[in-house]
This record gives sequence, structure tokens and C-alpha cells, in this order.
Amino acid sequence: MSTFRIGGVHPQENKEFSAHKPIVDCPLPKKATILLAQHIGAPAVPVVEKGDKVLVGQLIAKANGFVSSNVCSPVSGTVTKIDSIVDATGFRAPAIMIDVEGDEWLPEIDRTPDIKRDCTLEPKEIVDKIAAAGIVGLGGACFPTQVKLLPPPGKKAEVLIVNGVECEPYLTNDHQLMLEHGEEIMIGIQIVMKALGISRAIIGIEKNKPDAIKHMQELASRVLGVEVKPLKVKYPQGGEKQLIDACIRRQVPSGALPIEVGAVVDNVATLYAVYEAVQKNKPLIDRVMTVTGKHMEKPGNYRVRFGTPITEIIDFAGGIPDHSGRIIAGGPMMGRAISNLAAMPANKRLSALLFMPENESRRHEPSNCIRCAKCVDACPMGLEPYLLAQLSARQDWDTMEKHDVMDCIDCGSCLFTCPSHRPLLDYIRLGKGKVGANIRARQAAKK
Amino acid sequence: MNLILISLAVLGVTGLVAAVLLYLIAQKFKVEEDPRIDEVQEALPGANCGGCGFAGCRALAEACVKADSLDGLFCPVGGAPTMTKVGEILGLAAPVTEPKVAVVRCNGTCAARPKTSEYNGERHCDIMHSLYGGEADCRFGCLGCGDCTRACQFGALSINTETGLPVVDEEKCTACGKCVQACPRRLIELRKKGPKNRRMVVLCRNEDKGAITRKVCQNGCIGCGKCAKECPFDAIVVENNVAYIDFEKCRLCRKCEAVCPTGAIHAVNFPPRPQKPAEPKPAPAPAPVAAQADAKAVEPNVEKEVKA
Repeated sequence: MSTFRIGGVHPQENKEFSAHKPIVDCPLPKKATILLAQHIGAPAVPVVEKGDKVLVGQLIAKANGFVSSNVCSPVSGTVTKIDSIVDATGFRAPAIMIDVEGDEWLPEIDRTPDIKRDCTLEPKEIVDKIAAAGIVGLGGACFPTQVKLLPPPGKKAEVLIVNGVECEPYLTNDHQLMLEHGEEIMIGIQIVMKALGISRAIIGIEKNKPDAIKHMQELASRVLGVEVKPLKVKYPQGGEKQLIDACIRRQVPSGALPIEVGAVVDNVATLYAVYEAVQKNKPLIDRVMTVTGKHMEKPGNYRVRFGTPITEIIDFAGGIPDHSGRIIAGGPMMGRAISNLAAMPANKRLSALLFMPENESRRHEPSNCIRCAKCVDACPMGLEPYLLAQLSARQDWDTMEKHDVMDCIDCGSCLFTCPSHRPLLDYIRLGKGKVGANIRARQAAKK
Repeated sequence: MNLILISLAVLGVTGLVAAVLLYLIAQKFKVEEDPRIDEVQEALPGANCGGCGFAGCRALAEACVKADSLDGLFCPVGGAPTMTKVGEILGLAAPVTEPKVAVVRCNGTCAARPKTSEYNGERHCDIMHSLYGGEADCRFGCLGCGDCTRACQFGALSINTETGLPVVDEEKCTACGKCVQACPRRLIELRKKGPKNRRMVVLCRNEDKGAITRKVCQNGCIGCGKCAKECPFDAIVVENNVAYIDFEKCRLCRKCEAVCPTGAIHAVNFPPRPQKPAEPKPAPAPAPVAAQADAKAVEPNVEKEVKA
């Protein structure tokens, strides 16, 4: 059984709390707050004004540039305000506030549960539809999907790699989605293959989800060119570059995109969204997220409309459990602690809410580096985290750049594995920000 | 005997040849250097702090010698006396600059700005700033991890444990500007020291609307503009909901301090105000009363929900 070749760690999986819990619809909020920057790239530009009535699925903010994404209204009601709100990080972000009235959908959206199999659209039409629906990579990075489907001139996609790995501990939303909507995902795969003009797709699933592997294998056997690849359990296998290595044994060069080795990677949730957008005309207005934790009353997988305040999601899932020390948006490895619960709405990026008990939420006291090189062994990008962290502490940004800090994928394996509990990732991330700014400044100066 | 003579002769001739060779090479590759560079470097403080914008004292000395005038070249550590000395060596006029001092423009003390979350990562302002808005809800205020204190080579900055804010030791501060660069929130400014070290300064950089600022910090500037209206010298501008006192125009009349409803404007190093001013002044109420009145108005906000 294959996996990626460099580095990796084995955090405790802890998926049992919410695994196999059927997807439940979270009730509609009374007031929805829709962020305009739910994707990588420039924030979308609002196309509605205060006082406008909007329907579910209506375009409310338009993509601003090539790497940007549309935002469609996840609720129906009246726009009350277009202003900035404090987001999860405590900084301000632009958003549209809507008072929810009923649940009226755009008439062209097909809300029947029937599965629509045939797609007669041309590749270009498919890409346009995906762009219009505001679909972004739901695996976590939120990279606009239509950009991936338009390879730069001279590059040719050969294989679609479907990410059903879900390597983050605790998370089960993709797993459950594969079990419940495997058929739709399969149609989504075929649509994307058609858009890219390729005939091969590989679905990577870690072997800790045997039922999902079996289910998807059964479905894939009926489709030409699609195969399921069971993978060994190892974190961060869900990383794009790691998954490509695990599935087709190709390594993406430093600083390049997967298209360089002929691969396009999409998450299963993204492909489900593609199916809904292309076949059912339903833009990306909700997502399945895991709400979990060791002492959670009703951990599970919830389908949440974007804009729902997370306090309402938490109440629906049984409230904040006692002895919670930290609430994380996302998984425990790559997620970020939420500093301000009241301010944060559900968005495309929010894949999970994780409640860590108090005794597990504090970091250990760091001690000196003992030069054991465990972090070097663990780094899936083949970097030297101890060195990068030290350079960052010394503010030696140029040397950090020489040591390829920009290849770091923020997976946190180094921090996880360090026996001295050194804050390696904190420093590396800082350096990455500084080096990135330096590189951008250099490029701007060249122009 | 012969042996000694021969060895002496051989060594002597070898030495002579080597000396001639070395002399010729030295002549060939001679680097002409202005002797004044050494003199100027002697006159500079030798801290190599980089506050002048050059790599070190030597680099500044070279730049001074090369330049036609000393405009734009200034050693913040040595200040005007040092530059006058440099000017004397080079026969140039030293630029007239007033001594400056670093000022931390945040007064979000632990008491005025309650914490709503707890940061558990590496205590480093730059890292914290890259992650989130900070432990208190003010996204403009001081983070209190002391990046500035670590940047200061002169030991002029320290964190006051009671307020959680950095304190500048005016005796030690040389205005080299290292802390200005170190602060990720750009809170530190080099301001004119002022006569008898007296200054007026707005201790807030919060650009949010007044109501929001008020919620997160009792000491914040709400951008009401009272001070700008009161100022007889047009020294105050309110931009992005925060007031700024131009130290070039300010004449230290302290009228702005008296009208500021939140106490964001501070008069530094002034003697305490007499309770009843001897001369009738246009400002109606002395500052402490105004500040107290408003402190009461804000009290409900103190009971903020502490989030995880």
C-alpha cells in the first residue's frame, strides 16, 4: 500500500466521535453574515445594496480578478448592511449582512433529490458554470476551482487526483460525504475530467476508512478510467504535493504547481459542489462540516449554510462542552484557535469546529533543542525545521529563503514531533511571511 | 664560520628580494582612502546600531566624507553635538535637528483593555500579530510581548508588568529607531523631545469608529475631533478616526488634553496642574474630571464575556 515518501507523522486519529454520524442539516440562521473573502485571492466585490431582496443562490458579490471567486447568497431575505466585521482572527474583514426571511430559492435551482447523470455541456461551459457558482477548493486552501481547470498555456493535465484522504485527526466530513453522496462525487469527477479533457482519475483514500474505499471502489468499477487507491495512514497525506506523490509517484518541483507534473487535485467535497453546480444549478452556498470534541454532547457532521453564526451551530450541536479550553476552526493540526466566537460566521473555509478539553489545549513549556533531527525526519517537504526556526528567530530572512522556507506547507508535523516542544512552526510561519513579502517586493521592483 | 656567513647572506638576500617584491605589490594594489573617514569614525559613537540607515558607523562615516552636504545624514545616537563635530572635520555645516525620543502610542493598559482571549504560542509580537488581533479585542494596540525591548540596544525600553505596556527610559533612548521598525503594529514614533522634555501626544492608534474603539479600550481615541477644534495652532488632525498631534506645530498649550473625553491625549513631563487655575482659561473643565466622567459611562463594557 502506498503513501508519500518523505517525512510524515502519525497523530492519534480520534475520528470515532463523529464518524458514521449521518449528515444533518443545521437550521437556518435569523441573521446571516457572509464574508467577501472566503477564498485565496482578492475579496469579491458586492453587487447588491442595502435594502435589496435576495434569493438563495443569487449572486451577491462578484469575483475581483482571475484568482478570486463569486459569492452567492446562502439565504433569502433583505440585505441590511455591507460593512466590515471582526473575523475569527480578530481583524476586520468585509462582509454582507442579510436578515433571513423564509427560504426562497432561485427558480432555476433543481432541489429534487434525483441524481442527474448526463452532462452534455462543453468543457468551456462547465468551467464557466463552476466559476459562476463560486466554487473553491473545500479541502482547506479555498483556491478558486475554475483556475485549476484552466491550465496555463503549454501545460497539459494528465490525471485528476481526488482527495478523499482526510488526514487531519478528528475530521469526518469528507468520509461521511463519500458514504452518502458517493454517486454524485463520481459524476463530479466525470464532469471535471471532461472539462480538463483527460481520461484518468485516481481517488486517494486512507485505509482507516474501509467502508468509504469499498463504496467508492464499487462506484468506480462502473466508470471508465477512474480507480480508487487505498493509502497508508500518514499525516499530511491530504496535502496536495504529498497526495500526488502517494498516488502517481511524481514530485512537484519546489515552487511549482501540481500541473507541472500533469496533475490536478480536487477534494471530494469540491467535486460534490461541482456536481451540484453543473447538474443542479446550485451554487456553493453550504458545506458539510464536522463538529466534534471529546466531551461534545452531539458530535457529528452538519450541513451548514455559509453565514450561519458559529454560536448557532454550536448550540445546535449541544453547546460548548464543559472544560473546553480551546475551540479550533479546522482540524487540530492545521486549524486555528478562534479568538472571538461571537464574531465568526460559517464560511467556505470552515471545515470543522473542534472543542479541545482544557487539559489538552495548552502547549508544553519549550526547552532547548537537543539536535535530535526528529523534525527533519518528519517534514514532508524535506526541509530542516530546526534550522529555519533558528534563522527566523535571528531574522535572517535571506538565508531562510535559500533554505526553501517557501516550500513549507504549514502542516505542523515539526511542531507535533518535537520532543522539546519548541515553537518551530510559529517561527517558520513568521519567516515565511517575511520572505514572501520580500519576494513580492522584488517582483514588483522588477516590473 | 663560513657556514654562518653563507646562511646570513642567503637569508639577507631572500629578505631583501621579498621586501622589494612586497613593496612593488603594495604600490601596485594601493587603495587610496581618505584619512578623514577614520577621523569621522572616531567622532561617531561607535554603537553600530544602524539607526542612521547605514550598515554601521564606518558606513556612515564614508557616506559623510563622500557627500557634499550633511543633509539627510544624521547620527541619532550622537545627535547634534556629534554631527557638529563631523561637520568641523569635513568643513561642512551640520544639519539643525532637534533631539527626538521614542514614544509608544498606546495606552491600552491591562485595566483599560481587558483580555478576551489567551495567547498560548511563542510570545513574540510579530508572530502574534501574524496570527490574530491580540489578546484584547483592539487590533491596533500594543501586544505586550516586547519585540521593541529586545530590539533596543541601549536598554531604554522595558515592559511595565502592571500595565503590560513598554516604557521608554528617556535618559537612555537615543532615538535610533530600531524599536520603530520592530513593532509590527507601528505604534512607536520618534517625536521631538520638546522644551524641558515636555510633549503632548495622542496615545492611541485605533482607526475603528469611536463606538467600536470605546468597546475595546477605555483609553482609546474615539476620533471625536474636539481636540482639533480646540487647538489654536492647527496642530491636530483627525484622520481614520484617530487624532494626531503634529509636534512641529504644537505649542504645548494643553488645551487639547483638557477637552479630550477619553484621556487619550497625554501631557508628558508637565508639572501637575493646579486645582484652580490662577488665570482664567477658555478650557472649561480640567482633564481629570472629564476623564472620570467618561470612565463611568463606559463601565458596562467592562463586563465582557471572556471567550475561549
